[in-house]
Amino acid sequence: MDFSRRQFFQASATALATTAFGFDLSRAQTRAKELKIARTTQTTSVCPYCAVGCSVIIHTLGDRAKNVKPTVVHIEGDTESPINRGTLCPKGISLKQYVVNDRRLTKPLYRAPGATEWETISWDDAIERMARRIKDTRDTGFVESDDQGRTVNRLDNVALIGGCTDTNEINYLLGKFRFGLGIVTYENQARL
Amino acid sequence: MVTVAKLIDTTTCIGCKACEAACQEWQDQPFPVGTYDGTYQTFPDVRHDFWNLIKFNEIEHADGGLSWHMAKFQCMHCVDAGCITACPAPGAIFRRDNGTVDFDHDKCIGCGYCITACPFDVPRLNPITQKVYKCNLCSDRTAVGLEPACIKACPTNCLTFGARDDLVQIATDRARTLREDGKASAGVYNPAGVGGTNVIYVLEDAAHPEDYGLPNDPTVPWTVRVWQGPLKWLGNAALVGGILGTFFHYIRFGPRHADEESS
Repeated sequence: MDFSRRQFFQASATALATTAFGFDLSRAQTRAKELKIARTTQTTSVCPYCAVGCSVIIHTLGDRAKNVKPTVVHIEGDTESPINRGTLCPKGISLKQYVVNDRRLTKPLYRAPGATEWETISWDDAIERMARRIKDTRDTGFVESDDQGRTVNRLDNVALIGGCTDTNEINYLLGKFRFGLGIVTYENQARL
Repeated sequence: MVTVAKLIDTTTCIGCKACEAACQEWQDQPFPVGTYDGTYQTFPDVRHDFWNLIKFNEIEHADGGLSWHMAKFQCMHCVDAGCITACPAPGAIFRRDNGTVDFDHDKCIGCGYCITACPFDVPRLNPITQKVYKCNLCSDRTAVGLEPACIKACPTNCLTFGARDDLVQIATDRARTLREDGKASAGVYNPAGVGGTNVIYVLEDAAHPEDYGLPNDPTVPWTVRVWQGPLKWLGNAALVGGILGTFFHYIRFGPRHADEESS
């Protein structure tokens, strides 16, 4: 490759001019880490902890495509909620641990009286057992009439407690359940 | 691009640590078991995997009274940052267009000079990866126009995020309100020794910032300035002079030949 003296000077001057004015390499460093929630699916929900009922946005992997198994990648406050306007308390902001946690219980556990270990039972067994216990308790404690002979049809030995984040629909069903059994002692965690 | 900042109004901090949890969750860092030393503080100091610490400072007064100052502590994103001055690896610590000081961990060589040069003692070395870590003001969030995770979480409006000029104004107004309400020494902490910081505090007792775990008059150590300024150029001159001297010595006197008779 032949370089004349003139070409050499021209190339040097061009290189000097471009590096002096054209390329500010410090600007190229301003790239940021990829935003981990850039294209996630956003689902609004309610924080399950206390009675305030803060709204949260749950960010899950994928765009609801059929072949995606979504998993929670991030949870933060919902700015559109008038209750918390995006803010959350330390328990609420660490909700991801509540969802994605290898110690989370996903099956009903049963510990027999006197036993030291929990054993896994099926949902059918668990519901069957609970229904049996409720029925037996109700049969022993149901009061049809008081001592003056008036019909009362109440159940004194069972109490019901609702959760603070129960929706209207769940509360409606709980009400039906309570009236059906005749429970008179009921409370909600939101009032405690 | 507008210079962004964080305002910490310590008078409204309730020490709930939502910012700590938000930071750990967003940065995908572990939730380690804290140490217990008789206070509510999670750790005695910030760590390489724990960038955002609420300091619970208990101050006893001469008259027997007690003040409980809670203050969020993290990287201050100084306008004149000592870590950037001290860093010998080009581009490892740099300033973004929005004024935040950030690390490029691909370029960090883990020398730890930034830890010595920081007036607030914030950066921490990870002994396993041998890289230095600190708060980056959620650069991935601010780059797309979101607020940092800690600021979004704060339930008491103690933390504010926005343009630096606006926040300085808000802080000044808040300090004036506090003074009018009887907190005579309330003021803004935006130390001039480091050219101001992009993390601004409103302190109830601005005369004693050390009560909040903040240095009274932080400055970049003069040794760092001399070493990265004149001494660096002196060293470069000595290096180039040595190479040139060797070259011209070779031209003038040629290579040295072993004296055959003396051996």
